[in-house]
Amino acid sequence: MQSIDGISVYPIISLVVFVLFFVVILVWMLKVDKKYIKKMENLPIEKEEKNNFNNTGDLYEKKV
Amino acid sequence: MQLEKFSYDNKIVRDFTIASLVFGVVGMLVGVLIASQLFAPELNFSIPFLTFGRMRPLHTNAVIFAFVGNAIFAGIYYSLPRLLKTQIFSTLLSRIHFWGWQLIIVAAAISLPLGLTTSKEYAELEWPIDIAITLIWVVFGINMIGTIIKRREKHMYVAIWFYIATWVTVAVLHIVNSFELPVSLFKSYSLYAGVQDALVQWWYGHNAVAFFLTTPYLGLMYYFLPKAANRPVYSYKLSIVHFWSLIFLYIWAGPHHLLYSALPDWAQSLGTVFSIMLIAPSWGGMINGLLTLRGAWDRVREDPILKFMVVAVTAYGMATFEGPMLSLKNVNAIAHFTDWIVAHVHVGALGWNGFLTAGMFYWLIPKIFKTELYSKKMANVHFWLGTLGMVFYASAMYWSGVAQSLMWKQFNDMGMLQYPNFLETVLQIVPMYIIRAFGGTLYLVGILLMVYNLAKTMMAGKLVANEEAEAAPMHKEEKEKISHRWLEGKPIYFLLVSLVVVLIGGIVEFIPTFLVKSNIPTIASVKPYTPLELEGRDLYIREGCNNCHSQLVRPFRSETERYGEYSKAGEYVYDHPFLWGSKRTGPDLHRVGGKYPNLWHYLHMEDPRSMSPGSLMPPYPWLIENTLDISLTPNKINVMRSLGVPYPEGYDNQATDDLMKQAEVIALDLQKNGVPADPDKEIIALIAYLQRLGIDIKAKPVTENR
Repeated sequence: MQSIDGISVYPIISLVVFVLFFVVILVWMLKVDKKYIKKMENLPIEKEEKNNFNNTGDLYEKKV
Repeated sequence: MQLEKFSYDNKIVRDFTIASLVFGVVGMLVGVLIASQLFAPELNFSIPFLTFGRMRPLHTNAVIFAFVGNAIFAGIYYSLPRLLKTQIFSTLLSRIHFWGWQLIIVAAAISLPLGLTTSKEYAELEWPIDIAITLIWVVFGINMIGTIIKRREKHMYVAIWFYIATWVTVAVLHIVNSFELPVSLFKSYSLYAGVQDALVQWWYGHNAVAFFLTTPYLGLMYYFLPKAANRPVYSYKLSIVHFWSLIFLYIWAGPHHLLYSALPDWAQSLGTVFSIMLIAPSWGGMINGLLTLRGAWDRVREDPILKFMVVAVTAYGMATFEGPMLSLKNVNAIAHFTDWIVAHVHVGALGWNGFLTAGMFYWLIPKIFKTELYSKKMANVHFWLGTLGMVFYASAMYWSGVAQSLMWKQFNDMGMLQYPNFLETVLQIVPMYIIRAFGGTLYLVGILLMVYNLAKTMMAGKLVANEEAEAAPMHKEEKEKISHRWLEGKPIYFLLVSLVVVLIGGIVEFIPTFLVKSNIPTIASVKPYTPLELEGRDLYIREGCNNCHSQLVRPFRSETERYGEYSKAGEYVYDHPFLWGSKRTGPDLHRVGGKYPNLWHYLHMEDPRSMSPGSLMPPYPWLIENTLDISLTPNKINVMRSLGVPYPEGYDNQATDDLMKQAEVIALDLQKNGVPADPDKEIIALIAYLQRLGIDIKAKPVTENR
């Protein structure tokens, strides 16, 4: 390993890349738009606009 | 805003579901068979196609790529269009994807029992099938990206991120690990050798677990768990952090499969460090899944679907805590090569994959068949059978793994091994093998109940093949932005970013291992295999010996006492592919060369119990009857030469003669000792190979066979 020129810079680069990666995610999460999050988390369960059968809720829900 | 009408293709979802169920039953049936072979070797039936060494890859491939694979596709073809409010890009591509994948599975089910294998775990299929997998995977990719591009929903839900990362990473893994040079239509040699091959293989193996068994299932969890619970995921922000940190960290951890091996130390440490870090995103995901049910736990009591999902997510949490613990060197020293690892993977496969699949199917099938589940009670019985089966399975394997490992390491007062005979440690754990097979059978019965239940449900309802839906198109300016710059448009852009993120770890590990010569110190006395030994090695691969025997002596006193000098990286430089193995159901073979006379091997292969009473190894009488096929020998030498093995130029012409000469020496030795062995039989080649193993570095090499 010592045979590579400037090998000592590799771990430093790795650490910087690593820390930067998580800082970017963190900043993104702190600044992210609340409306976006609200919309996204409801995406799978929002009522499909029109369904040809009425079965969007829970499988065993008592039909009223 | 004008609503646009379109429809969802439910037929493809049903087809993948049925395929998953059918192959799931087959794969688990084979699992129960091989589990039983370990306490009743008679169940190998002395039929080559049914021996453990050939059946075990069939089991793993069937469960991973057929059962789980088809379930992934079913879930994606259901959730993707609904999340994007559009129909799948191309129905034709969907059909090609479906039938292509099933053909690949059938090809695997035929070729693996025939002994056509590369020997690399979870990548055993030979090169023509590898190419077919690549093509079908591309079809799947086009269909998925195409669907994303023509979506009506501006944003991609986090589940889709997981699908994209799955696609791109599996593509990279499969291609890099499958680089091989064909010898014939059914035989190839890995491009890499020894330590490098091991590193690539376990980078693949580890990340196949990550990106075939984990990320797609996390995508499914983020869609189907909120669906089944009818409430949004606990924290969408957490899911974003979960996604990016998981795909970034996972790829680095591969070397933890090679701790204490001949792999350079720095790579081993890297694997350990990143494995520990992986706890954070994994548990973030688990917590996100479980907390989605906050305020709905009362329904978990009632609803079998939620029960399955809760246990699945819990199993994910357990397995992803256990994994990093197993990556600690001191724990790994005990657990590696034992049944502990088998327990670990089955908590993941049966718990996480199996139970999430069950929950998803119980939810999905009634939906697309416009009916209710045939029997909720039966689903509950399935749940308890499965859970009980896992408890039996895992506890038996933990017990046997730890017990056997401690026996391997036990020294007596005289400083000698307490159990010098390996077989003694095996016979102690046979009762555990029986319990394990019982647990597996319980789990399988549960699966059969599910198949019956879902079949009844399908018959009671009617498939809504094309489910009508409508949605507003994307805003005009959004649409223009994307169609004008579709290359930089989000899906492709996203795909590239995740590609870069997953490549970083692999590159950091690979480049030094491949470029730095000092990582693999060469040993002058290590020479290429003779043609006969090479043929013997290919028989070893054909019979799948590496499924039960390792070729890697770790630097522990308990191992050097039992097997001999520990293994050096430089000893494997001509091993295309490497054969280190990952499980010691039988003893390590790296130093078996010269340990026993030829006669012992002959009789042992004919009937292992004649030499080792009580042995669990199946007999291999066909090796004694079959004539060795030497038609490919010159070609094999040529391929090895182009891979860098230093056979002299033109040696391929001389190879067959050399092979015959060496074979006659061994045959003569056997005849002298009273067995009527012909030099042209397969057993001769196998003996030649076994006698060569690990002797190159010995001071006084055994030369009689060379």
